[in-house]
Amino acid sequence: MDFLNAIILLLNYIIVPALSYGSQLALGAIFVTLIYGILRFANFATGDMMSFGTMFAILLTWYFQSLGISLGVLPTALLAIPFAIIMMILYMLIIDKLVFRYYRIKKSPPVQLAMVSIGVLFVTQAIVRIIIGPFDRRFFDGERFILKANEFKEMTGLNEGLTIKSTQVLTIVVTIIVVSILFWFLNKTKTGKSMRAYSDNEDLALLSGIDPNRVVMITWMIAGVLATIGGVLYGLDKSFKPFVYFNNMLPIFAAAIVGGIGNPFGAFLGGYVIAFAEIFITYAYKKFLMYLLPESLEPDSLMQLLSTDYKFAVSFSILVIVLLFRPTGIFKGKVL
Amino acid sequence: MKQYANVFTAYAIMIVLIILVGVFQSWTVALSILNFCLVSAVMTMGANIQWGYAGLINFGIMGYTALGGLAAVLVSVAPVQEAWSVGGLDMIICLGIIVLMVFSIRYVLKKIKKSKKRNYIIAAVIIAGLIILRMIAGPATEHIEAVNPAKTGFLGGLGMPILFSWIVGAFFAGGLAYIVGKVALGLRADYLAIATLLISEIVIAVIKHEDWLSRGVKNVIGLERPVPYEVDLQNSPWFINLVEKFYDGKLKLISSLTERQDFLNQLVINASSVYVKLCLAGLFLIVVIILLIITQKALYSPWGRMMRAIRDNDEAANAMGKNVVKEHLLIFILGSAVVGIAGAMMVTHDGLFTPGSYRPMRYTFLIWVMVIVGGSGNNFGAILGGFVVWFLWIEAAPIALFLINFFTSHLPETNALKMHLIDSAPYFRFLTMGIGLLLIMRYRPKGILPEKIIKQ
Repeated sequence: MDFLNAIILLLNYIIVPALSYGSQLALGAIFVTLIYGILRFANFATGDMMSFGTMFAILLTWYFQSLGISLGVLPTALLAIPFAIIMMILYMLIIDKLVFRYYRIKKSPPVQLAMVSIGVLFVTQAIVRIIIGPFDRRFFDGERFILKANEFKEMTGLNEGLTIKSTQVLTIVVTIIVVSILFWFLNKTKTGKSMRAYSDNEDLALLSGIDPNRVVMITWMIAGVLATIGGVLYGLDKSFKPFVYFNNMLPIFAAAIVGGIGNPFGAFLGGYVIAFAEIFITYAYKKFLMYLLPESLEPDSLMQLLSTDYKFAVSFSILVIVLLFRPTGIFKGKVL
Repeated sequence: MKQYANVFTAYAIMIVLIILVGVFQSWTVALSILNFCLVSAVMTMGANIQWGYAGLINFGIMGYTALGGLAAVLVSVAPVQEAWSVGGLDMIICLGIIVLMVFSIRYVLKKIKKSKKRNYIIAAVIIAGLIILRMIAGPATEHIEAVNPAKTGFLGGLGMPILFSWIVGAFFAGGLAYIVGKVALGLRADYLAIATLLISEIVIAVIKHEDWLSRGVKNVIGLERPVPYEVDLQNSPWFINLVEKFYDGKLKLISSLTERQDFLNQLVINASSVYVKLCLAGLFLIVVIILLIITQKALYSPWGRMMRAIRDNDEAANAMGKNVVKEHLLIFILGSAVVGIAGAMMVTHDGLFTPGSYRPMRYTFLIWVMVIVGGSGNNFGAILGGFVVWFLWIEAAPIALFLINFFTSHLPETNALKMHLIDSAPYFRFLTMGIGLLLIMRYRPKGILPEKIIKQ
């Protein structure tokens, strides 16, 4: 029984939260990695682009709510996502046309493009803050929990409860669907293959008659989809705050690089690596060990490797270690 | 002299703008803008040494600034005797253990050939060291933080004049840069950017949460100042006499004696804060000028030429026998040290250290906007960038408010759009910065004052 309690404890506090947080990171990391692989620059505006898409979803959610439209147990925001994606894609294409295209045609070095993306970062952040403000926004509605701790305890008779929020399940399910479609698209369709070819070797791709403008356009469109969905899922699970989204850029970068930049599958797994590491290392194992160890060996301290204040620092340290010992990332991305 | 004509015009415009702020808003505002312009100029010079001279991209400016600030705290605050007696020794032992760990790892790296065994030994040393550190430091930090937590709760500093911290800050930042440089400098440019950005976040996390060292988010307030305090000035006769003489004409116009005294008091209060700001501006100006002379000399020395050669073509420079890795590390340390000075200067100016306020937007990306806008590779350009961008950063909100009011003047006060826009006026500074950066990068990619290569 104690063993089961310990497992439930881990599930409740580590595995379920890490899976949903990891999914949110994974979507962002694929976004970063696609931009890096095909457009060849580190996009520092990642976090703010995600908050831009989320902002539209929130505004539309409020609009739908005012009209009385809802999805019942599911959050209304799901209904708003497709419209938000369209707005986001439009924004990305406009930004590309006004800003990035010029440097791409001039074949500027990646550093210059990264600098330009900082300009975009400032502008996007300003727009988001001017339209929706810098405050915390919650836009979740519908059924909050799938499984409540008390119900679980009654059902199983265990000491430990298991809470599963509907947003967590929603995040994981949507991520799996989106990522599967994306990988199917990249690996099986002609357009996807041409994108990968362009990412591998630009000149060779051009020689084989691949239209670069089309590849770039489709990349931005996919990026828009990923940014919006990733942002909305994060906002539903936690809450929407522009500053938090800006900060999320950092673990997302870490996930993309740890997974091997330019490699979408690596980025996907990198998201989970970062999420699990952050939560595993900052979790206090006292209760867990109390269930497993005999009473005489029970620990007095919290048995926490690092305090939760260092949550972000953990992912950055992993990144530094990976950069030092395996600069191509765990799953072999581009050679740096 | 002709080649400096545009430099002079640019600076003249800048000074006129600050004076205009003084006339229309207030002299205190104008002088604090000037002071922060000078601090920004120092930061920009540091970033410019790395980016403009050597082409190294450092997005960790925030971390070095914060370390400079920490230096100001550690140098100037009086030591907390009680905290030292309960936990000081343990902390020193911890420091010793860290040093021991570093040296034993270095020893292992040197003595044992690259193999799996070596990796395991290093891992074992690190894990064992961390466990011992936790066992010693854990209780010690608790004891230290328990000492009068509302007021101190940390070890305090050395109790020396705060001006020393400007040098100590440089050493702190340089030391961090040495470690970061050893780790990250081999990376390609945009990876270096990401890695330095993340490392600076780690530094901030440590400063924020190690309360025994820096009081963390509880902030350190009331730091000692290198210049007189306003209250002292208001009570000293020589200062009152000075103000009286300065405003003699105005004072004579007032006939009533009590009214004249009230007016004089008001003037003294205003003048005291202006005087303090002026003193700080003087100190900052000295630093800027010293740094400017040194960096100018360095830029046009054989060393500067070598740096430019490395920047423009590191393979060729390498083939000519220049040690690219070593020079990169050196310039990374030098630039970061300059940023560290700026961090200490800023804390000195504010008189308080707030680790929670260090955010990448303000301390990394804004500084980079300054470097790019001013002109990378040109010291005068870098300083100008610091001035222009900081001025816009502060004045963008009032200007935006004015424009909003102007364009919506036909709308009633209760109009939802107008109220929303007025509420969000502060965020127009981000918009200004972003659009400014994008325009400069597009139409004047070398900045307002581009780099000049003087043929020797």
